[in-house]
This record gives sequence, structure tokens and C-alpha cells, in this order.
Amino acid sequence: MANIASTSASAGSDLTARALREAVFAGLISLGLFVLFVGLKSDQNIRNELVLNQRWGLLSIFVIVAAVGRFLMVAYVQPAMARRKAAKAEADSVVKEETFFKRHFSKIAIVALIFYPPVILALVGVQGSLKWVDNFGVQILIYVMLAWGLNIVVGLAGLLDLGYVAFYAVGAYSYALLSTYFGLSFWILLPVAGILAAFWGMILGFPVLRLRGDYLAIVTLAFGEIIRLVLINWTEVTKGTFGVSGIAKATLFGIKFDASKDGFAAMMGLSMSSAYYKIFLFYLILALALLTAYVTIRLRRMPIGRAWEALREDEIACRSLGINTVTTKLTAFATGAMFGGFAGAFFAVRQGFVSPESFVFLESAVILAIVVLGGMGSLTGIAIAAAVMIGGTEILRELSFLKAIFGPDFTPELYRMLIFGLAMVVVMVWKPRGFVGSREPTAFLRERKAISGSFTKEGHG
Amino acid sequence: MSAPLLQVKAVETYYGNIRALNGVDVEVHRGEIVCLIGANGAGKSTLMMTICGSPQARTGAVMFEGEEITRMPTHEIARLRIAQSPEGRRIFPRMTVFENLQMGASLDNLKYFNEDVEKVFTLFPRLKERQAQRGGTLSGGEQQMLSIARALMARPKLLLLDEPSLGLAPLIVKGIFEAIKKLNKEEGLTVFLVEQNAFGALKLSDRGYVMVNGRVTMSGSGKELLANPEVRAAYLEGGRH
Repeated sequence: MANIASTSASAGSDLTARALREAVFAGLISLGLFVLFVGLKSDQNIRNELVLNQRWGLLSIFVIVAAVGRFLMVAYVQPAMARRKAAKAEADSVVKEETFFKRHFSKIAIVALIFYPPVILALVGVQGSLKWVDNFGVQILIYVMLAWGLNIVVGLAGLLDLGYVAFYAVGAYSYALLSTYFGLSFWILLPVAGILAAFWGMILGFPVLRLRGDYLAIVTLAFGEIIRLVLINWTEVTKGTFGVSGIAKATLFGIKFDASKDGFAAMMGLSMSSAYYKIFLFYLILALALLTAYVTIRLRRMPIGRAWEALREDEIACRSLGINTVTTKLTAFATGAMFGGFAGAFFAVRQGFVSPESFVFLESAVILAIVVLGGMGSLTGIAIAAAVMIGGTEILRELSFLKAIFGPDFTPELYRMLIFGLAMVVVMVWKPRGFVGSREPTAFLRERKAISGSFTKEGHG
Repeated sequence: MSAPLLQVKAVETYYGNIRALNGVDVEVHRGEIVCLIGANGAGKSTLMMTICGSPQARTGAVMFEGEEITRMPTHEIARLRIAQSPEGRRIFPRMTVFENLQMGASLDNLKYFNEDVEKVFTLFPRLKERQAQRGGTLSGGEQQMLSIARALMARPKLLLLDEPSLGLAPLIVKGIFEAIKKLNKEEGLTVFLVEQNAFGALKLSDRGYVMVNGRVTMSGSGKELLANPEVRAAYLEGGRH
């Protein structure tokens, strides 16, 4: 007994010694690597001469981070992972009982989202809530909705669309232009924006019917750019790069969110604050996103949804089963585009300003990245991915303490794309099918049977 | 005899400028099992695909129940109840067995789904065991069963089978051929199958055609062809299971 205890103790000190050794090595290597890149910086002085600035403080931070990181990795992370792996191998034979939280995740999440604004209001007050409701809540939900819309096209029907932002733009400009030129209200224009976007989805659909995979991706990419260029150059209508500003706000059953006597704040006896409008927008986008999810879930169980999924799997087999692949593809494009249009109209009403700059290719790429990271076809996974990606970039704005380390010019949000890329690589290595990679079947005979794990494993049937 | 269910008349099919079928005539009557045998590249699968309209025949005609279907798109041909188990099986790998069968029944919008699914599960009990499993995780033989079962879910008047024995163990091939025979006997299902496994196919079939280089060179009853010395020399010797 004492023997065993002493061996494990010596194993522990061995591990620490090894971790220390590796930490020193890692520190030395990073010192060698960064001494010229980071430690010395070439610069111009006032007489245009080349001078070398020495940045030993910054260099030491790099080295310390590398050494400490290596130490933690060897001493704690690696043993923990090995233990987990062993535990997992042991537990694999046992049928996993899902926890209550996991089983009801989506219901819990929806309830949490409904109570989010009042809780935030109570915690940080009316003015403080602006940031949390708008930057985190609304911003993330817009992307959740966009990604869910794109999921219909990419995740279900398997049509790789790199120009999804075009429909977002169509929706946003539909609302912006029709409301400024004709003074129509948001509630009339919301469906109009969806219909127009769906129409453009069909327009895109027709020429690309015969294309698949890479070729389809290129054409949709071009389509996205065409829409943006039209918005820039059709200056008489869209005002070009200046954009459309002063877009009318949405109303709640005719109640305006302004300082007037019959405005929302006055009617409710609250002091005037833009926070109430933001909270209203939060619930609006939440409702729109949930509508998208509901429609997706319903459609998957209907013939058209099944046809989409079958189309993703095998187009030739679909045709031999009597499925009209033309209408199937067009409806997928149109349905996906429609939700993009809704999101666009919402975007316009939230910003009060639209310009072509909001609809660049990068937006399409971000939305597609969210769909892929979340797991194509999985609504939960996509919502998590959107929260992580978009919430993450919002958090970057909050990290002003980093200025103390990297100097006052350091702006963390500029590193957004770098971190984005890194995150994608990491997720794709660890979870190649996205956060939620397994596909939920839509139909069963009589009772549900247990299906274990991912699609690579055999199920018990 | 009444008019054939399926009639292929002097069909020529091209891939670009290459002629794959060179004036093929084939007839399939109601209630028959007809097989088409031939070597690799003879044009067997091309004929199957031409019947389904992809690629379409350049000259000649394909008639089904007396109506010309030569220029119809594939999905409309399928709606005339010509079901196909295509070459390479082409099941939907990420969908479950059950969902694959649902896809097969999508012509009637699942109207007869419950009774038909019981029928195919009696025919292929293995599929019932595997019904919650994803198609891609099935073995080759099970996938072939699923492919046939999916075609049957469409309540076909004519079942086209493209190489159902491809890549399968002899015992499983036997099981599948028996299932086809049973369907034909009990349900009166008309079957047209393309096979490289000439012995098994001819034994199963009422009539057979032999195809060489895009032409039908011989035809006759299954027994006649099995006894024919040329057929024996070309397709059977050494190929017997």
C-alpha cells in the first residue's frame, strides 16, 4: 500500500520535473524565434534614419507565455486528457444516459433568451443594458437567424452558397428603399422583403441548376458580388456608397418608440431611453429566428424537406425516385433566401442606415463558417457556433486591458479574423463535423430506438 | 400476346460522339423476369439509363404501356411507376433505412407507406433490424436490399435492376435473387435486370438478351440461352457460382 502511494508521488514529481524541463526548452525556443521579430523593431526617426527599437518587455511576455503554457500543458492538460480518454474508453460500453440539461437544451435556451432582457435590466440598469441587449443579444441573434436560413440551402439541400449575403442585402434594401420612398410600415415590408429575397433566390437558382459543389460555389459568390455592385452603382435609387439613412423605426402595434407623448416610454410611464427600443428589437429578432427554426424543423418532416436532404445525398437517386430536382433546388434557394430577406429587413430597421459596405463577401463567409462550425443541418450546433463566433468578436472589443500590455495602439478587434481562422482550424481538427455533427433522423417506426453517437459508429437497432 | 409493357425499339444512344447503343430492340411483357447479360462495356447499363431518360436515346423509341417515353425527363418516367435500383445502389447514406424507404414512397406522398413497409420488411427482415441505422453504415448486401426495397416502395409496374449482384458474396446474391423471384411469383411484378452474373440471372429469368458492343446479338428463354454453346463459352464457363 505504502509502496503504491510512493510510486504515484514520485510519478507526480517526475511529471513536474519533466514539465519544468519542457517549459524551459519552450521558453528558449520562443526566445530564439522572437528575439529578432519582437525584441527588435526597425523604425524611422524624425530625420528618416533607421533606428532599432528594443522591446525587451514585450519579448519577455512572449517567452513567459510560451514557457508557462508548455508547463501547464505537460503538467495538467495532457494527463487530464489521457485520464478522460481512458475513462471514455471504459464508459463506452455503458449506454449513455443523457443529462436533463442536454435533453432539454433547446427549451432551456429559449426560456433563458426570453428572460434575458429583464434580467439584464435588473442587473445593470436601463443605460447599462444597451450594450448587453444590442451588441450581444441582437447582434448574435441576427447571425443565428442568417445561419439558420443558410442552413436550409447548405445544410439540408447541400447546395454550397457563398453569396448568401446577397439576399440579406435584398431584404435590407427592400425595406430601406420602400420605406423611404413610399413610407410603408415595417410590418407590411417585412413579408415584402422576404418575398423579394425569395424571388431573387429563384433568379439565382435558375442558371445554377446544373451546377454542383465548387462550380455552384463560384457562381453564387459572383451573384453576391453582383448584387453589391448594383447597390453601389445604381446611385439614383440606392444612393451608392453613401447608403440610405434615416430609415423609419418599427412600431409595436402602432406605438412609436420615441420621446413623443404617445410614445412607448410615455405610455408605460417609463423614462425615455433607447434601451426599450433595443429590447423590443431583441424580442423581434428572437421571434424571427424562432420562426426560422420552427419552419426548418417542420419542413424537414415534410416531403419537400425530405427531398432536400435526399438531394444533398444523391441527386441521381432522387430523380430515379420521381423527385423533380429542379423545383426541389429552387424551393431550397427561395426558402433560404426568404429568411435572409427577413433578417435583412430587420437589420435595416435596427441600424436605421444601410450601405453596400455591410454586404461584403466576408459576411457570407462568416455566415457559412457558422453553419459549418455548428454542424451542417443542426440548429442547436449552429446557434452555439453563432454565439461563440459573434459573441467572441464582441468580447474582443471589451478587452481594453490588453492595451496595457501591447501599447495604446493595440486594437483587439483587428485580430478578429486571425482568431476566427484559428478557431475554425481547431474546431475542424477536433470536431470535423462541427459542434453537433450527427444528423437527427426525422422518422421512426413505432418506438424510438437508441442510436449511439456519431454517424461513423454503428447504431443499436 | 398483348402489347409489351416495355418496348425498346431500334434505340441508339451516344455519349458525345461515341455510340454506346447501336440499334437495340428489347421487349418486356407483363409478369416476366427478363435479363440482359453481357461483358463489361457492352452497353448494358447504358440501356438501363436510356430507359430512364438519362442519357436520352438519339434515335429509336422507348415505349411504356404503349406510350412513348423517349424524351421524358427522368423524374416523370419514374412517376409512370418505373422504379429503378441503380448501378452502385445509390442509397442515401446519411439518412436512416427508414427514411430511405420513405423517400421511395414519396410518389404517393406516403399514402400506402405503412402497409408497404411491412411488406418489404417481410421480404428483407434484415432491413427491419437495421431500420434506425444510417444507410451508409449498412453492409454491401444490406445496401442492395435497401436499394431494391426503396424501389419497391414506389409500387412499381416495372422494376429495373442494374447489377444487383455486384460486389456481393454468393450467398447474399442467392438471397437477393430469391427475393426477386418471390416478388415476381407472388405479386406478379415485372422485372428487367442487367447482370454480369450470367448463370444466376439466366436461371432466374423467363427470357434473356445477350448484348455485345452495343447490340443485342442473341435472345431466347433463360433455359435456351443457358444451353447455348456460344453463351456458355463466352459467359458461363468458369463463371459458375
